[in-house]
Amino acid sequence: MSSVEACSMAKGETLADTIRVVSGYADAIVIRHPKEGAARLAGEFATVPVINAGDGAGQHPSQTLLDLYTIRQSMKIDGIDVALVGDLRYGRTAHSLASALSLYGVRLHTISPPGLELPPALVGTLTAKGMEIIEHDTIEEVVKDLDVLYVTRVQRERFPDPASYFNVASSYRITPELLVGAKKHLIVLHPLPRVDEIDPRLDSSPHAKYFEQSKNGVPVRMAMLLDVMK
Amino acid sequence: MRHIAAADTGDDEGEGLLVRRIKNGTVIDHIDGGEALNVIRILGISGTTNEALSIATNVPSKHMGSTKDIVKISNRELSKEEVDRIALISPNATINIIRHFKVCEKQGVEIPTVIEGSVRCPNPGCITRTNEPIRTRFAVLPDGKGLRCLYCDSVITKDLTSYII
Repeated sequence: MSSVEACSMAKGETLADTIRVVSGYADAIVIRHPKEGAARLAGEFATVPVINAGDGAGQHPSQTLLDLYTIRQSMKIDGIDVALVGDLRYGRTAHSLASALSLYGVRLHTISPPGLELPPALVGTLTAKGMEIIEHDTIEEVVKDLDVLYVTRVQRERFPDPASYFNVASSYRITPELLVGAKKHLIVLHPLPRVDEIDPRLDSSPHAKYFEQSKNGVPVRMAMLLDVMK
Repeated sequence: MRHIAAADTGDDEGEGLLVRRIKNGTVIDHIDGGEALNVIRILGISGTTNEALSIATNVPSKHMGSTKDIVKISNRELSKEEVDRIALISPNATINIIRHFKVCEKQGVEIPTVIEGSVRCPNPGCITRTNEPIRTRFAVLPDGKGLRCLYCDSVITKDLTSYII
């Protein structure tokens, strides 16, 4: 189903009922839903495997698997320095990736506008696992130490007016000039779509891996479906 | 009126009772001082329900080393779920079930590992804040100082009583 309007939820059906019905039609359910925890609910009511394809500002685990795969194509993940940039409060890709990286002894650097930092609860969970998390005000102050620069979109609707948005967005923009002096093997990732966060001039740089990352979504998600249905 | 040392008391310090014995119902003793009114709220007693209710607040308690509150509810025996709710705000409370003026059951409360159906998730974007046929579920944090929503992972560490359903 391509949208809520295309299913009985538009008529007021609960997600629980929709999931029970679709369980009778399909071998697996892939769900993207605007509410956090929707996939967990779906997992309780489904009789077939459920894959979370994004639940509100919660998690996006399938994106994380392809992110890890893309990083692994360039380097070993253990012990590297990864920076998350952008809206880290509501950015579900950042939440899932940070959680996954905590399993690899990664040092995590965060750069986000005030009010859009990683949720304190998530930071508490990650630090309790021993993850080192370092907040920075600017990308410049940390870029030379990074192995992976993971950029996410800062959404306009988080700001009171367009001027505030453009001020913040421009200060988090990745340009070729910003990466001068960065490690040679640094890779820049983005879950896409991008708006203004990455200068298109960077697209031809060997650092730019975001379109390769996007392409990796196909085999990774094929593998996930195969795994849950075998 | 001051009643002294009755069978339904929790007055292990011999200070006597400030409220009348009850024939049948529940006595909640050793509530942390000042929490009795929150206990009443958790139990859904609003003044429009029929239970006869007695409350003593900030009673000196040697057992607790400070003050305690006591709540007596006539003709109502607490369910396990209600006991769990009390444990969230007053983990030292003891529950006494009274039948014909005698204490028939006495138990302490324990904070369970999971709280179900008693707490509202603070996250307005959580799936539990919709009309889905589910009860909220929270894991109690290891130090007992907070709750984590098992659907959206939101954490409650402050002002827990305001989230109790």
